[in-house]
Amino acid sequence: MRMIGAKALIECLKREHVEVVFGYPGGSVLTLYNELYKSNIPHVLTGHEQGAVHAADGYARATGRTGVCFATSGPGVCNMVTGIATAYMDSIPLVVFSGQVATNLIGRDSFQEADISGITTPITKHNYLVKNVNDLPRVVREAFYIAGTGRPGPVLVDIAKDVFDRELEFEYPETVHLRGYNGNVKGREEDVVAAVEALRQAKKPLFLTGGGVLTSGTSALVCDIVKKAGIPVVTTLMGKGCVPDTWNLHLGMAGMHGSYAANMAITDCDLLVAVGARFDDRVTGDVENFAPNARIVHFDIDKVEINKIVQADISVNGDLRWSMPLFADRVLSLADDWDGRFASWRNDVLAHKAAHPFASQPMGRAVTPQLLFEAVQARTDADTIAVTDVGQHQMWAAQFYQVEKPRHFVTSGGLGTMGYGLPAAMGARLGRPQNTVVLFTGDGSILMNCQEFSTLHRYNVEVKVIVFHNKVLGMVNQWQRLFYNGVQAASVIPDFPDMDKVSAAMGVPGFRVTSRDDLEAGLDKLFRTPGPALLDVVIPEEEKVYPMVPGGKRLDEMILGETEGGTAE
Amino acid sequence: MRQHLAILCDNKPGVLTHVAGLISRRAINIECINAGYTEEPDVTRINIVVTVDNKWELDQAVNQLAKLIDVIKVVNLDDAPFVSYELAMVKVKCPDAQIRAELTNLAQLFNAKIVDVQPRSLVLRITGREDHVQATLDMLQHYEVLEIARTGQISLSRGLVPVKDM
Repeated sequence: MRMIGAKALIECLKREHVEVVFGYPGGSVLTLYNELYKSNIPHVLTGHEQGAVHAADGYARATGRTGVCFATSGPGVCNMVTGIATAYMDSIPLVVFSGQVATNLIGRDSFQEADISGITTPITKHNYLVKNVNDLPRVVREAFYIAGTGRPGPVLVDIAKDVFDRELEFEYPETVHLRGYNGNVKGREEDVVAAVEALRQAKKPLFLTGGGVLTSGTSALVCDIVKKAGIPVVTTLMGKGCVPDTWNLHLGMAGMHGSYAANMAITDCDLLVAVGARFDDRVTGDVENFAPNARIVHFDIDKVEINKIVQADISVNGDLRWSMPLFADRVLSLADDWDGRFASWRNDVLAHKAAHPFASQPMGRAVTPQLLFEAVQARTDADTIAVTDVGQHQMWAAQFYQVEKPRHFVTSGGLGTMGYGLPAAMGARLGRPQNTVVLFTGDGSILMNCQEFSTLHRYNVEVKVIVFHNKVLGMVNQWQRLFYNGVQAASVIPDFPDMDKVSAAMGVPGFRVTSRDDLEAGLDKLFRTPGPALLDVVIPEEEKVYPMVPGGKRLDEMILGETEGGTAE
Repeated sequence: MRQHLAILCDNKPGVLTHVAGLISRRAINIECINAGYTEEPDVTRINIVVTVDNKWELDQAVNQLAKLIDVIKVVNLDDAPFVSYELAMVKVKCPDAQIRAELTNLAQLFNAKIVDVQPRSLVLRITGREDHVQATLDMLQHYEVLEIARTGQISLSRGLVPVKDM
């Protein structure tokens, strides 16, 4: 069928079953938007391109499907760079389509020209510049294949303006032919066998589950193994949700702001089974002394991650969809008395868990983070998707908010992008319209993409926003108080605007809570208001995130809190 | 340690940027890099010589390179016997007949060829192993060298098996 490039791109999106496109129009994508307008693919016009890319990312995290966004050349797609990097660091499948200036103008510093494929090379899984309309269907097919298979990631397709107007004979390729890429990574079965043997020899095993478990959809298998064999679990921030937080052998998040029990378990265990985790510095603390008594088994799809940070004794390089069924089969078919063998180890970790739970300091009538999370938890169910921004509230959410299911906790982990939360929550809700979506955000983060309140209002996207309002950039402020003699450089914002009024001005009703006495009434208003709504909750500015492992220290050198003082033994 | 890598990749625009960019991002030193067509029209071969401190750094580089979508294969040639050669061209000033005679003699001794002769200059072409090229250049330093261009080494494994089948 003969058609122009823009129409062909829309046809490609239909073949890829794209449900929604997030974007912002501009000069070089006028023809594309003209064709999109004629199609039945819904488009969400955000307030800023950064909002569009984070929304596509939130959609992808909540649904497991590839997020799609459009932007125009130059400033349009440059505004997406932070969002692309965010997705890249957390292995989120996105396909970003950007317009480029016309072929004959490329390389001449034309109006709204930027070399976006050059700019995004280090932060995309792959990218393309399309100058010939006949390449378009193949490139789009490859882009979706690359983004969504293997270790997922963002792919950018930059398309010259004239390509949208040129005609081609459209045919969508059935198959993808890429000599340098294998989307289905299977490893060696003997490595899985070695991992099983290591588990049989262990007395104090521990699972460290990462985002890869969620990405691969192998949470159920991992749960099967650890529950039947009674093995304690700790997660990374990205792995939150792969094992229910309420399961008693789940010791919580590990690392810089991890739980006492989780960090001590890593220090004490004799076998650490890392599944789909990449040993980020926020998890390991001092790498030289990470899991000092343990043999390390590392399951990961990406060969680059094996031995990158922590030397693995046994590595199983391959897709978890391949390795986890084999591992589970072998472990569960053994007649070993796992329960008896690990009993005393379980007692140890559970004693730590009971002795040092996460806790906020009570402060008069003020709302503490713990109180707030407990109150929200009581009003939400296991299907609720919790989205966070970045900073103190993010760590408190990881610590206090119990997530029961995979893909129900959406947060920017690797890049730690402030301003991610609001648009991501919007994308999550659009992808999962039946689920309650709650955004936990801080007064620093929410201001960074607050223009998206207008988008929530325009499309009536029901996101419940809770602002942890302490008039400081909390995490920065915490570090300054602890390590810079209390000099609070550029982290105090006494004139912070009333977010309830900001959101209300854009059509999202806002409410305010200043004391624990009106917390329940405030939450009533938030959850009973139909559509999107915001609750601005004033919390004490002194409240810090504890425990805390100072940068470069060992995990067992965590600071537990101010009143308990000192460090762990 | 110096390692000779052969990288087979798709013959598409941007491939060399992807490869070179990745190596520099990972803070690995490239001694030389060159690219050219191969026996297959849609495959480009990039030859690079890198300096790494240890095996871990090398493995990281190889794995990261292999991860690039347009890279088909990366082989470390140092794992097996291989041959490695370089081409250099040197423009030398020769103001008089005596120096020209000396340079001609030197070229002969080093198996170099004189490929351009002008009244006041000449160009020598040297091909050979790296140390041979270097020895020639060292001798030429005693004259007035105007310009040097070197390809860097290109390498092939010894024996029947090509890199693509390794």
